[in-house]
Amino acid sequence: MSVLTADAPAVTGIGVVAPTGIGVEEHWAATLRGVPVIGPLTRFDASRYPSPFGGEVPGFDAAERVPGRLIPQTDHWTHLALAATDLALADAGVVPAELPEYEMAVVTASSSGGVEFGQREIQALWRDGPRHVGAYQSIAWFYAATTGQISIRHGMRGPCGVVVAEQAGALESFAQARRYLADGARVVVSGGTDAPFSPYGLTCQLGSGRLSTGADPARAYLPFDAAANGFVPGEGGAILIIEQAATAQDRSYGRIAGYAATFDPPPGSGRPPTLERAVRAALDDARLTPADVDVVFADAAGVPDLDRAEADAIGAVFGPRGVPVTAPKSLTGRLYAGGPALDAATALLAMHDSVIPPTAGGADVPPGYALDLVGAEPRPARLRTALIIARGYGGFNAALVLRGPNT
Amino acid sequence: MATRERTIDDLRALMRAAVGEADDIDLDGDILDSTFTELEYDSLAVLELAARIETQWGVLIPEDDASGLETPRMFLDYVNGRAVAER
Amino acid sequence: MSRPQGGGPRRVAITGMGVVAPGGSGRKAFWNLLTDGRTATRKISLFDPAGFRSRIAAECDFDPAAEGLTPREVRRMDRAAQLAVVSAREALADSGLVAGEGDPARFAVSLGSAVGCTMGLEDEYVVVSDQGRDWLVDHSYGVPHLYRHLVPSSLAAEVAWAGGAEGPVTLISTGCTSGLDAVGHGARVIAEGSADVALAGATDAPISPITVACFDAIRATSPNNDDPEHASRPFDRERNGFVLGEGAAVFVLEELEHARRRGAHVYCEVAGYATRGNAYHMTGLKPDGREMAEAIRVAMDAARVAPADLDYINAHGSGTKQNDRHETAAFKRSLGERAYELPVSSIKSMVGHSLGAIGSIELAACALAIEHGVVPPTANLHNADPECDLDYVPLVAREGRIRTVLSVGSGFGGFQSATVLREAA
Repeated sequence: MSVLTADAPAVTGIGVVAPTGIGVEEHWAATLRGVPVIGPLTRFDASRYPSPFGGEVPGFDAAERVPGRLIPQTDHWTHLALAATDLALADAGVVPAELPEYEMAVVTASSSGGVEFGQREIQALWRDGPRHVGAYQSIAWFYAATTGQISIRHGMRGPCGVVVAEQAGALESFAQARRYLADGARVVVSGGTDAPFSPYGLTCQLGSGRLSTGADPARAYLPFDAAANGFVPGEGGAILIIEQAATAQDRSYGRIAGYAATFDPPPGSGRPPTLERAVRAALDDARLTPADVDVVFADAAGVPDLDRAEADAIGAVFGPRGVPVTAPKSLTGRLYAGGPALDAATALLAMHDSVIPPTAGGADVPPGYALDLVGAEPRPARLRTALIIARGYGGFNAALVLRGPNT
Repeated sequence: MATRERTIDDLRALMRAAVGEADDIDLDGDILDSTFTELEYDSLAVLELAARIETQWGVLIPEDDASGLETPRMFLDYVNGRAVAER
Repeated sequence: MSRPQGGGPRRVAITGMGVVAPGGSGRKAFWNLLTDGRTATRKISLFDPAGFRSRIAAECDFDPAAEGLTPREVRRMDRAAQLAVVSAREALADSGLVAGEGDPARFAVSLGSAVGCTMGLEDEYVVVSDQGRDWLVDHSYGVPHLYRHLVPSSLAAEVAWAGGAEGPVTLISTGCTSGLDAVGHGARVIAEGSADVALAGATDAPISPITVACFDAIRATSPNNDDPEHASRPFDRERNGFVLGEGAAVFVLEELEHARRRGAHVYCEVAGYATRGNAYHMTGLKPDGREMAEAIRVAMDAARVAPADLDYINAHGSGTKQNDRHETAAFKRSLGERAYELPVSSIKSMVGHSLGAIGSIELAACALAIEHGVVPPTANLHNADPECDLDYVPLVAREGRIRTVLSVGSGFGGFQSATVLREAA
């Protein structure tokens, strides 16, 4: 199959719209500072809810970053993705008008769609009646809205896709981008964002039982720490521009070298979890061995059982303390579909600058985890290969192998 | 139910809120007799505007009538005529 | 992803099929409805539609307990998940594969859905918001499975659990082409060697107030409330919008040699698939059908099929004027004169438009058309729109040898997809 033999595709552009900032520079500086940007939600008054904290994109003004007509017809989640796409295209130096329309593709991941927009309209329906639902509800709420709007805005008529695998979705979007390239696309806009903050969106998330209910935002999301007590959600994500290796030439941040996805058996089945297999299969796909991996960006659920399961899988593949592990999402909260997209962006920047970004908290890693967790300070290191792990609620596992540009 | 005469400025405000502003269209300019096509309104935008007029100004524009309203002036005339008739 | 084991390109067969569609559960009831040319569109009963512009839909007569779902499954799953799981179980049974047997690591799921768990989300919203009164909804009324409703990958997860899949599992949510795109993706995952077997298909259960209201708002659905049985009229001059539907169809896709080794019945092959964006408008379509034509051309190339090889086109045929003209133009543009010779029909005339699910339900109709040598008709087509001048198989099913079928879909967001199914020679 051509997807497996083609030269590994290159990432040529990164667009970040995340709690760590807007644009690569802001994001990377904030990530290296290592100070969590989690606080009380400002998008609505969340003080009555048991998990009132989140990571919000600071200073995001849709009027500055989204065409005026698109603002009322799209949800905040799509605003964030449109802004990230603009940044990524500019970063890559890709001018869509100059490229063949059918050779530009789009694939995004979403978890909760246009949840804030949807809550507004569903409230209008139930409070005021059916005629109070606006015309844009039909195109703003559903999970495909972001891909459709990106395609339209940039005249991209190649394959257009949307994947949902909760937090694992963004990695799946990169795998899908690789398939599109193998089929002849030249440029793929891929990645993901989410914007899960409306009162109903938060209420739904509380159902997962995984949100932190800690009272101190600085201690609310402590992945791999003995004090881990759940996670804090965040909004935003990243969009990457992925191109065929041959056309990317010297504009590359790095390459998509390998990918695999697995799914866990249901609880109580007695069958083993499958994350370890996903990691091994992704390395096989990249034709690499565990020894080639210089850093792991962990899923870092912040839930003790899940942290232990991930530590076990990493240990099984790499050996005890066998590879540096980091979780910069400890700074931002978990961005759902946006999270692993942001991790991929961060990993590419880390390889470029030869430094592993820090993990907030993580001061007290249970010895049984046997993790070499990068703590509160960045760690300089020569980085050629990074592994990104993502797990989606319900049993989704994905692993992505990125390599630096000159590997 | 609103009974005062609606002006183009009222409509401008509603248009901004409902449909947003395109970079290349000056809503503060002389738009009374611009067609919605010229204002770069697609069918969804016109429907959204009509829906806002119904829910915020209390004037129902039946489907058959809405399709004939091609400019802001036509909308205003319809709304004001209708408002008078209902008083 | 794993590497294929040498040899030529891996072909993908359909070896099992499960359908829950309006008009009856199971693929047999579904096929009987289609070949009889009966319609399953009627007044909405799932909620009181008084006050809505369109008060009609094609609903499934679906009793989850009678279909074998346990009380816990019923409680946990949105209706879309229930439809999907029941379809998946029928498909597995049909294929002769047994859940839990075979290598779970080589077993994938690719499920499509346009609107996910909308029905469950709305039901629960009404409670936590006190019927829309509160913006700051009361979380203490939230049910534990609410998070499964928020993130529709739970639909794919349920199907994976039902089948015992532990390979790549994903939900594809490309609006109204989800059903074609999910099967296309499932076939791709097998062809590239990442799995040998997949449950692939789609589900949607959108007949709830918010979805009906949102299509009301843009006048997309038919307001023929006094005559629901005849409301879905693709290609007919009297058409006035689509009729919302619900349902699911799930296939067992299998690498062809894998299927042959175990002596499985092969319905047909997923021979080609492509999707394109029109980059034009979220809901509007240009009358030239250009991007759909491109998707058709690429899907046929992938299948190595020429226009002369096609025996039937299953149209998107939603029953909106712009769609019917758009795809008629797309067929002419991609197939030339051959478009005039082919039977083209829309089963949405009978089972309505179940958004993301319909693409898979239509593929089930295509696979059954190949299997039985019957083209399902377009019901309610009495006077074709003069701009739609192809052979739309009005009212009555038609017998004939059918080897190769094209099915197309078009959706909000500009998605245009095409799939070629072919008798497995």
